[in-house]
Formats: sequence, structure tokens, C-alpha cells
Amino acid sequence: MSTEPVLSLHQATLSFGDRELWRNLNLEVRAGEFLAVLGPNGTGKTSLLKTILGQQKLSSGSIEFLGGPVHRGDQRIGYIPQQKLLEQGTPLRARDLVAFGVNGNRWGLPINSRAVRAKVADILESVGASDYANVPVATLSGGEQQRVRVGQSIAGDPRLLLCDEPLISLDLNHQRQVSELIDEQRKRLNTAVVFVTHDVNPILPMVDRVLYLAGGRFRVGTPDEVLRSEVLSYMYDTPVEVIRSRGRIVVLGAPEGYGAHDHLENHRTTTSAEVPE
Amino acid sequence: MSGDFWSQIFGFENYGELLVLVHNSIIAGAILGVVGGLIGPFVMTRDLAFAVHGVSELSFAGASAALLFGVNVVMGSIAGSLFAALLIGLLGSRARERNSIIAVLMPFGLGLGILFLALYKGRSANKFGLLTGQIVSVDNPQLLMLVIISLVVIAGLIFVWRPLSFASVDADVARAKGLPVGGISIAFMVLLGLATAVSIQIVGALLVLSLLVTPAAAAMRVTASPFLTPLLSVIFAVTSVVGGILLALGGGLPISPYVTTISFLIYVVCRIIGSRKRRNGNNGRVLAAPAVTTMAGGGHP
Repeated sequence: MSTEPVLSLHQATLSFGDRELWRNLNLEVRAGEFLAVLGPNGTGKTSLLKTILGQQKLSSGSIEFLGGPVHRGDQRIGYIPQQKLLEQGTPLRARDLVAFGVNGNRWGLPINSRAVRAKVADILESVGASDYANVPVATLSGGEQQRVRVGQSIAGDPRLLLCDEPLISLDLNHQRQVSELIDEQRKRLNTAVVFVTHDVNPILPMVDRVLYLAGGRFRVGTPDEVLRSEVLSYMYDTPVEVIRSRGRIVVLGAPEGYGAHDHLENHRTTTSAEVPE
Repeated sequence: MSGDFWSQIFGFENYGELLVLVHNSIIAGAILGVVGGLIGPFVMTRDLAFAVHGVSELSFAGASAALLFGVNVVMGSIAGSLFAALLIGLLGSRARERNSIIAVLMPFGLGLGILFLALYKGRSANKFGLLTGQIVSVDNPQLLMLVIISLVVIAGLIFVWRPLSFASVDADVARAKGLPVGGISIAFMVLLGLATAVSIQIVGALLVLSLLVTPAAAAMRVTASPFLTPLLSVIFAVTSVVGGILLALGGGLPISPYVTTISFLIYVVCRIIGSRKRRNGNNGRVLAAPAVTTMAGGGHP
């Protein structure tokens, strides 16, 4: 394996008007590495993903993906969004959702060649979704839907997998299954993973490093290095306590709310909104 | 008395001769049915049913202005609906915003339309026709125009089909894949505006939903296949329009009540079939594996 980083940011700063999300961010992600991006709302976690996708320009600094500049629609990047509620009867089966990952950006009618259909079948098999390949996506359970979305994201054999809160609104059991599935695909394909989440616990066993964004500051390191009371207290500029209990990490006293519920509501209202100029 | 009533609704005297007279309208109606049937599933997945109604009221305003000023009614109707469609597309990217914009536009459009009609001194059948449908009274050059516009809409839909389906169900992922999601959305609104404008010529501004939404809603009750849904939706829409024209021929009533009734009945039947199907759990899932090893269910025992 090459030691060239898949993704690298140098002195990267992103601000919207007066509001600075992060400044002088230095980050390298290597093939097969699992990076969790944590932090409260409005600290630029999703904006970081948009920057990597070429949808958001840095205010200053540079970003490179596989040694070149980032650009929109790079097919070497896979993307897993959060679960969505679809209208009952939406004309889309699990296999169609995966097929979008193969050729969804092609114009014309969605008539797929034998080769594409075979590839879709292989992917469904590899994510364990063959049994519901023909089931309308709208009737799948949240866990099943996310399983299919993982399939969709790996359809283009990505070198980097971006996950934007893919576990949100899943129950604990499905959170575990979906995150294990992502981890499994990461190992199988040696893909780098950048995983944005408000709750690190479901992915704690597989995380290599953490990028924590808060209060315009950031910290990069292993979970043990970053998720400590001193570090987070410094970042939040207020006493914060990090408690480890039975393999789980709980952050107490963080301002702006760190709870899943608060985040979920916020996320819903901002997903379709455009980022301010 | 009651005999009169029924013969007014269903009359079949001199039916053969009438059929010859309107065969152009029937062909045009069938093509418009194809347009409505094809665009309907996208209207549903993009949650634009209310937008269709809003666009059609502005289209009505455009058409009645054209009637008043003596210019081409189809052009007027297209101008009105494109204006509304673009406005809704540009300002209402979020559902809640969109709905309020439409709710503001709709009465304004309807009011303007009524104003223009009140000022119009021509045949009153023309006035009523804009609201409730008039295909049989559309002359041949206009009919040709409707057909050409319909073909443009069909071609446009075929071109954007896959990216449009992708962006409709999953805008974020489609954007990540490099699709111009905003552009696709505007392009779709233009196609929807054109489709609305031509549908108005048949069923009228008040009843456009029966052509652009009901057939698709019916199809989506019985299938979720990306191929069967548009196919059924087209069949339902064509059946409604052509059936409506044929039934209306002898009676001398507008065709819209026939069209809307047929499309409504199809919807009711599909709903019943759909709920049967769902009750039987028939949704394409392979049930060979025991439920414990799959992720089926999602709930707790």
C-alpha cells in the first residue's frame, strides 16, 4: 500500500462572513483509515464533507484528494447520508438505489445493461441485502435502508467513504450492524472513511482517529488522546467532563447541547438548506 | 325528466359522424395522457402536487389574458405556467417555503384570470373552457401546437429521467455524485409548467391534478417498480382522457367531469388492490431466511 495520504488538508480555514468554522486545519487521512468527525452543531462537520466533495471552497489553505485538487462529482468518493423517509409508493426498489451508485449520473432512461445488473446483484450480496433487492425502498426498515445505502456508496469502488450521520434515527442494534458493515467494507476495499457523527459510541471500536471540532478549535488524535476532560474543556472554554463507562464515552457539560435529540432536530431543518454565502 | 338527464350525460346519436369530427382531438388527448402519465410519478416523488395546482392557476391567468387581448391562448397559458413554475422552482427549494409561495400565488392567479375573463366580451364557452376543459373546441393549428409541446416534454423527461429520479429521492447523494441537482430541479419545473399548460387545454385549470397526479398516485398504490409505475400511470392517464372524450362526445357537456371521474375510479380500484397486496405482505421480499439473521422487522419482539 502506498503511504500517500488519500486526503490531506493544509492550513485549511473555512468561514462564512464573520463566522469562522475552523482555522488552520491540518489533517491527513490514509487508505484504510477510519476517522470520526465529532463536535456540536454548527461547527462545520457537514461543511468539511462539502469541502471534500468540492461543493464548498476553503476560505484559505489547501485540500488535496489522492494528490490532486478536489472537484465536484469525483467518482472515487462514496457518500452515505442519513436515513430518509420516502413517500409510500416511491417507484424505487433497493436494487435501483444501488444502481444509482453505479450510473446514477448518466442521462437518459434508467435501462441498465446486463453487466450493471450483475454488479448491482454482487453489491447487494456483499452488503447482505439480496433478500430485499426487489423491495420498495420506502417500505424497508431504517437499518435495511442504510445497508442498501452502504451498497450504493461502494458501487463506484471508492477510495474514500464520506458518512454524514448514517446511524441517526436507527435503534442501537441497527447502529451496530450498519457501522460494522461500513467497517467491513473499509477493510475489504482498503477505503479511507471519514465519518461525521454526534455520537462516537457506536463506532468507537473501529475508529482510528478522531477530529473534534468545537468553538472554532479542533483536535486530531486517537479517541484516547482527544476525548478527555482537559482537552474538551479547553476547546469549549468551559469545564466539561468526559466519562468512560462500560466501553462508552459520555460528554457532560458541553454547551450547545451534545445530545442526540437536539442534534437530530437541528439536522432535519438544515439538511436541505443551502450553506450561506 | 330523468331520461333527459341521462341522455344529456350519455348520448350516442350520430356517434360515428361525431367520432370522425373529433379524431384529431382523440389523438391529441392520448398524447397529453402520455405526458401526464409520465410526469406524474415525478410530481409525486418530488412532492409537487400542490405546486401543479398553483402553476395551473397562473396558467389560467395567462390563458385568459391571451383570450382578452386576442393572442394565442396556448401561448398565454404557457407563459403563465412557466412564470409560476420557475418562481416556485427558484424560491421554494424547501417544502414548507414552497407551499406558502404556492398558496400566495394561487388566489392571485385565479383572481387575475377572473378579471381578464370578466373584461372579455367574446364567446362565453371560451371562458368556461379555460377552467373546465375544452379540447373538442380547440382548433387544428392549436392542436398541433399542443402535440408538439407534449412531444418536447416527453423528450425532455426521457433525457433527464435517471438523474431526475436519483435527485428526487436523494438530492445529497446525487450532488455528491456530481449531478447538477439545482439545474435538474429547474429543468423539471419547466417541463412541469409545459405539461400543465397543455393539460389545461383539455381538463381545464381547476382539474389539472386529475391528469398530472391522480394516474400516478393510482399506479404508486399497486407497484413501486420504476418501470411499471410510469407505464401504468400512462395507461391510466390515456384511458381517462380518451375515455372522457369518447363519453362526452354525444352529451354536449364539457369533457372534464368524464376525465376526472374515470381517473378517480381508477384510483379507487388501485387503492383497494394496493391495500390487499400490502395486507398479504406481498412486496417482493425473499422470506427464505429466518428473520433473526436478516435485519427485517426493525422492531422488538
